[in-house]
Amino acid sequence: MLTSTLQFDTSFFWHELLRPSSGFLGGLWRTVYISIIAQVIAVIIGLAVALARRSTLRLVRSVAGFYVWVLRGTPLLVQLVIVYDGLAATGIYRFQDMTFLGVTVLASVQAAIVTLALNESAYMSEIIRSGLAAVDVGQNEAALSIGMTPAQSMRYVVVPQAMRFVIPPLGNDFNAMMKSTSVLSVIGVPEMFLITQEISSSTFHTFEIFMDAALYYLALTTIWTFIQAWMEAKVDRSWGIVRTNRSVFTTVRERFQDPRTLGLSRRA
Amino acid sequence: MVSPNTPETIAEGGGENFIVQATEIWKSFGAQDVLKGVSLNVARGEVVVLIGPSGSGKTTFLRCINHFETPNSGVVQVNGHLIGSKLDRNGRRVDASAREVAKQRAEIGFVFQHFNLFPNRTALENVMLGPVKVQQMSKDKARSVAIDQLTKVGLSNKMDTYPAQLSGGQKQRVAIARSLAMNPALMLFDEPTSALDPEVIGEVLTVIRDLANDGMTMIIVSHEIGFAREVADRVAMFDDGQIVEIGSPQQVFDNPTQVRTKTFLSKVL
Repeated sequence: MLTSTLQFDTSFFWHELLRPSSGFLGGLWRTVYISIIAQVIAVIIGLAVALARRSTLRLVRSVAGFYVWVLRGTPLLVQLVIVYDGLAATGIYRFQDMTFLGVTVLASVQAAIVTLALNESAYMSEIIRSGLAAVDVGQNEAALSIGMTPAQSMRYVVVPQAMRFVIPPLGNDFNAMMKSTSVLSVIGVPEMFLITQEISSSTFHTFEIFMDAALYYLALTTIWTFIQAWMEAKVDRSWGIVRTNRSVFTTVRERFQDPRTLGLSRRA
Repeated sequence: MVSPNTPETIAEGGGENFIVQATEIWKSFGAQDVLKGVSLNVARGEVVVLIGPSGSGKTTFLRCINHFETPNSGVVQVNGHLIGSKLDRNGRRVDASAREVAKQRAEIGFVFQHFNLFPNRTALENVMLGPVKVQQMSKDKARSVAIDQLTKVGLSNKMDTYPAQLSGGQKQRVAIARSLAMNPALMLFDEPTSALDPEVIGEVLTVIRDLANDGMTMIIVSHEIGFAREVADRVAMFDDGQIVEIGSPQQVFDNPTQVRTKTFLSKVL
């Protein structure tokens, strides 16, 4: 009979889901902070690259274009191995465990953050570039007309407005990035996927523990969906666009119902 | 861009009486000559209205005055400054830096057809931004300047309103206040009422009229012939990249000498 051959250890599943081991929680935590740090660095580099791609100097534009071309054109997995193992093998740079402020950061974690940040920055630069392009040229002219330099106009007028167009696709990318941290396991980063694999091979409860991991990934992206909706609502409010009696839940529900809201088409 | 067929040395300062001296402005976009040697001097306190068919070069000329467009040749001086250029040690004309151009523009107000208010800032913040970021004024002082200017244009009750919640006429008045907060020596208006509903055109024209009465020097591109007749000291008729006729409103509107002026007026009046 089918039911007698089903090997699903319900109590193991619930135990690991509700009272995960400290090893699992450590992996979860690494997944979260690696994603966040890499994303923050990616936005900063991405903004610089996006501005460079609008430079009046052809050389600057070309270098920035080349950067995006290479980083978007090669797999993250390959980049990871090059940065962590490749650089060490050729003797260019070897990541070492580092301790600052009493916290030890593993060599593999450093390499992971660097690689994820660089990889993500290429995508961020394209998102920010399209956000900058979405700001009406009249806004720049208005800023210049009151005596701003082009740099001031960018800083005080154009970039803040571009954020409104940037947040939805940025959030989409961050969602994807949190999940792609699972490939960090190949360079031995003890993040959620690697830890799950270890638990799986020591307990043989492969299905149960990976279902738990899937639910935790789902929880992370769900929390992010709410944070993103809150950020979008906040930016809308700062533009004086206020929809009354509207909770974050409404925004999230709409998001689930309307796939178009994920893209740049979200312009009120 | 300094073209070879302009005088290489120009005395800075120029005629004391003229706040704007534009001399032989040529401008082309690609193969199309949009301005073909336009010259115009504007005296301090004078109001000049530019009229003419669309594509005749009025807006491009206005945009050359604050260096939104760089003329292919010709010289623009505002308040004694060569716009977009400077004289080097040998008295030769060279391109001004972005910072220097910005400084020149700070003296010149520009009001756009489509307002171009900053949508993420309230009316008050729109007006304060220039004084704070460009003139390095303290926030408190800038706020009081902005309150004064918004009150002057009749929007003291809309200080904290965002552009999205303002009518077109209110937006344009905020835009005018934003320019005035920089205490400009000259105001340029690019069809300030063309994007407005008929019922709110009057409130914007009233503000401009008040400015004229206060002695503000203004160059206004406008299709409002009635308004031009009332407010303008001089009217310049543009056609095909040139000023074909210029004079008092009475001369230009009532006794035009040029066929092109007559044809244009017969269409708009």
